[in-house]
Amino acid sequence: MNVFFLILAALTIVGTAAAMALRSAIHCILALTIGLVGLAALYLLLGAQFVGFTQILVYVGAVAILAVFAIMMTQGASAPTQPILSSSWLTGVSVAVAIFAVLAWAIHSTASTQTSLPQPEVSVNQIGAALMHQFVLPLEIMGLLLTAALIGAVILAMPEKKETL
Amino acid sequence: MAASTDWIVQNLWLIPALPLLAGGAISLAKQRHRALAASLAIASMAISFLLSLLAFIHVLSLGHAETVKQTVNINWFQFGNEWVKLGWLLDPLTAVMLLMVTFVGLLIFIYSVGYMAEDENFTRFFCFLALFAGAMLGVVIANSLLLLFMFWEIMGLTSYLLIGFWYAKPIAAAAAKKAFIVTRIGDLGFFLGMAWLYSQTGTLLFYDNGAGCIEHSALTALVTHTTIFGLTVSTGIALLIFCGAAGKSGQVPLHVWLPDAMEGPTPVSALIHAATMVAAGVFLIARIYPLMSAHIPSLLTPTIALQVVTWVGAITALFGSCVAVAQFDIKRILAYSTVSQLGYMMIGLGVGGVSVGMFHLITHAFFKALLFLGAGSVIHGCSGEQDIRHMGGLKKYMPVTLLAYSAGMLALCGVPFFAGFWSKDEVLHSAFAWSVSSIPFYMAAVAALLTAFYMTRQMFYVFFGDTHRPAHHFAPVDDKFSEESHGHHAPHESPRVMTTPLLILATFAVFLGFMGAPFWPWFQSFLDGEQPVLSFAPLAAALPLMVVSTGLVLLGLGLGWKLYAGKIKLASQPDPLQQLQPRIFSILSHAFYVDRMYAMTIIRLNTVFAHLSNWFDRWIFNGVVQCVSYLVLGLAWLDNFVDTFVVNGGFDEGCAAVSHGGRTLSLLQSGRIQSYLRTIGLALIVLAILMFWGVKP
Amino acid sequence: MSPLNGYLLLSALLFSIGLAGALTRRNAILVLIGIELMLNAANLNFIAFWRYGANPAALTGIMFTIFSISIAAAEAAVGLGIILAVYRHTRSTDLDQMSSMKG
Repeated sequence: MNVFFLILAALTIVGTAAAMALRSAIHCILALTIGLVGLAALYLLLGAQFVGFTQILVYVGAVAILAVFAIMMTQGASAPTQPILSSSWLTGVSVAVAIFAVLAWAIHSTASTQTSLPQPEVSVNQIGAALMHQFVLPLEIMGLLLTAALIGAVILAMPEKKETL
Repeated sequence: MAASTDWIVQNLWLIPALPLLAGGAISLAKQRHRALAASLAIASMAISFLLSLLAFIHVLSLGHAETVKQTVNINWFQFGNEWVKLGWLLDPLTAVMLLMVTFVGLLIFIYSVGYMAEDENFTRFFCFLALFAGAMLGVVIANSLLLLFMFWEIMGLTSYLLIGFWYAKPIAAAAAKKAFIVTRIGDLGFFLGMAWLYSQTGTLLFYDNGAGCIEHSALTALVTHTTIFGLTVSTGIALLIFCGAAGKSGQVPLHVWLPDAMEGPTPVSALIHAATMVAAGVFLIARIYPLMSAHIPSLLTPTIALQVVTWVGAITALFGSCVAVAQFDIKRILAYSTVSQLGYMMIGLGVGGVSVGMFHLITHAFFKALLFLGAGSVIHGCSGEQDIRHMGGLKKYMPVTLLAYSAGMLALCGVPFFAGFWSKDEVLHSAFAWSVSSIPFYMAAVAALLTAFYMTRQMFYVFFGDTHRPAHHFAPVDDKFSEESHGHHAPHESPRVMTTPLLILATFAVFLGFMGAPFWPWFQSFLDGEQPVLSFAPLAAALPLMVVSTGLVLLGLGLGWKLYAGKIKLASQPDPLQQLQPRIFSILSHAFYVDRMYAMTIIRLNTVFAHLSNWFDRWIFNGVVQCVSYLVLGLAWLDNFVDTFVVNGGFDEGCAAVSHGGRTLSLLQSGRIQSYLRTIGLALIVLAILMFWGVKP
Repeated sequence: MSPLNGYLLLSALLFSIGLAGALTRRNAILVLIGIELMLNAANLNFIAFWRYGANPAALTGIMFTIFSISIAAAEAAVGLGIILAVYRHTRSTDLDQMSSMKG
């Protein structure tokens, strides 16, 4: 398993790093897609199949495409050749590096369990049942949230009425 | 000296109050209410005259058994533990004076209606006249020296107002000022004497049931103390009060205001400067006569005070008559004559006592008022001309005036059987019999001679001879304030409203003297409180002197006749006396240069002092004020500086610092999300490190 | 190093990468993508802990992740809508130019 993990991890990292570093926005999204696919594979490796497929469906199939659409709609005016990074690139990167350092140090300093647990068996049936029984409230709230987000996004993106004088 | 409950004594205060009220009422009336003003004044004076008559009858009726002095005293205000009292008093002296003042005053008021008829300030004239009359009557009835002094000052004020009646004329304004200032100088002495008397006796009431300041107990106390120069206190006080009398009555050297006071209208001259105000000084001396004559029992000669009075009177009498000889203004001759006659009155008081001086005062009031009114009639008839060289031959134009004027002139000269004869002779008689010296007698005799001389001169210039006024010469053309402006035509007799008082006064001038003649001295007895005795013995004793004085008078008349009768033809011709003795004449006509002497000494001194005061005020007081102001300015500048730089500046700096700080801090608010995020990230790192470091063992 | 640590380290790295992008990119959409990445890293964390955690039968990790994904999707939709609206006004997606809240 370790090998698969390393390969998938490398893929994910490369993809996401590219997503954050490429100059052209479309290329960034495409790289992101790769990264997300790698993440989905990792989920599968970890045994959360449902989550993995949901990741493909939602992120890759909707969010990334949506981002592509947005980029295409907003980039018509501006030239693709812009400087990639903003003026204070170093500050941002250093902050991110510092955060990684702190997190890594926190991870490293915790005692690690050497026991390898068996793979849990989970079925969609169980997930569904849990959703309906234990997590029914979050489920309903999520439904409301999605509805609100839907309406909000439509309103936001709606063209403004031209007022006749 | 009991307080009588008789009506007239209780209401004696009405006599001065009515004219004062009338004056007050007239002052509120408008200038065009002439008839109202004149009626109020004359009516008040007439009522006062009737009340004076009542008072006189009352005093007469009380008989001469005891001394009749009836007083009413009222508490005025409290001064420490004592009450300052005021009051009025009715005694023979008061009664005769009241009668004379109201009667002569009434006649002059009536005369003024005609005299001032064409003046536009008619109403104001009567207002002042009424006020003056009230003040004079107040002086007469006052029982307290303080009250007398108050009315005395009011008289001075009204005299100022009346002399300067035509105030737009600078010479009149100057004359009024001079009168006021000179009399004020005398009043200073009066006030000092009054204060001294109060400090010594504790009261200023004359008669207060034995406690008055000139009653026996007070006088004994005053006589026993002596002061500087070895004078008794009573003499000292008396001399100081005499200063006031000398100022008011024009004794040398305070006489200088009287001739200049002729700038006022003629009725004013008649009332104030002949009959009443100048007589007030004499009246004052008569009133405080007990004080003046108070002496230690062992003293045989008259007191120093009375001697001083006599000498001053004698000098004044001679001085006045000398100067009158060389004057050319009809009123100035009469003014100097008044000065001279006032000297006579003082001699009379000094050598003979109250009755002698007062007798001459009463008769003089009548004939001098008559002479002044007659002169006014002459001036009125000559359309304002006052120079006697421009008159003449008026006897055919103004016969009534001539008749009245002659009566007055003869009375003044002392021609036998006229009023002045009896009174002047009393004075001469007493002077001759004076124990100290007979020089005053000789001075008075020479003055009598000169009086006759200058009056004759005046008569010839004015009434006799040809009319030597050039036909085209009139009163100064642009002088609308002189006595007349009703056209330039030939001299004419005055209207009846003016000549009637003249004739009434003339009657008195002729017959009044008989009330004091030696064979029936009613006046003297009345004042002394005794019964008059009709006897010819005193007449016989006085006869030699009467012959001598008559001789002097006739000599004077003769000299005047010789020099002036028929000799004056032209106005430009010099005076015969001037031709004879030009140098003496010029000294006399300048009144012995007294005025110039005053100008060179006192006035110059005053000017120096005024300059000094001015310098002091300008540099010292002003300097101090300027220094203070500079100091304040400096403080203000400093304050401004502090306020601008320290307070404002500091505050501004503070605010700028805050603003700067705020501006600096606002740089954090860049509006860019990413920088906010970075800050959040940093904060998170710091927080995490802190947390871990705290937890890690 | 245990597998859990490995996954945690990976998720931390992903998080940092996403943060770096969110902090440095000028295009607003790419910043949004960075935020999406950070959310994904957190999801990985959840799943890793579910797998190697105490009680996998409770399905807590999976539930959390499912909800997280839905919320992320909703948020991406709304965020992109906002960006489009802003673009309509300012004709630009440059974050450096959107500083009207400055001061």
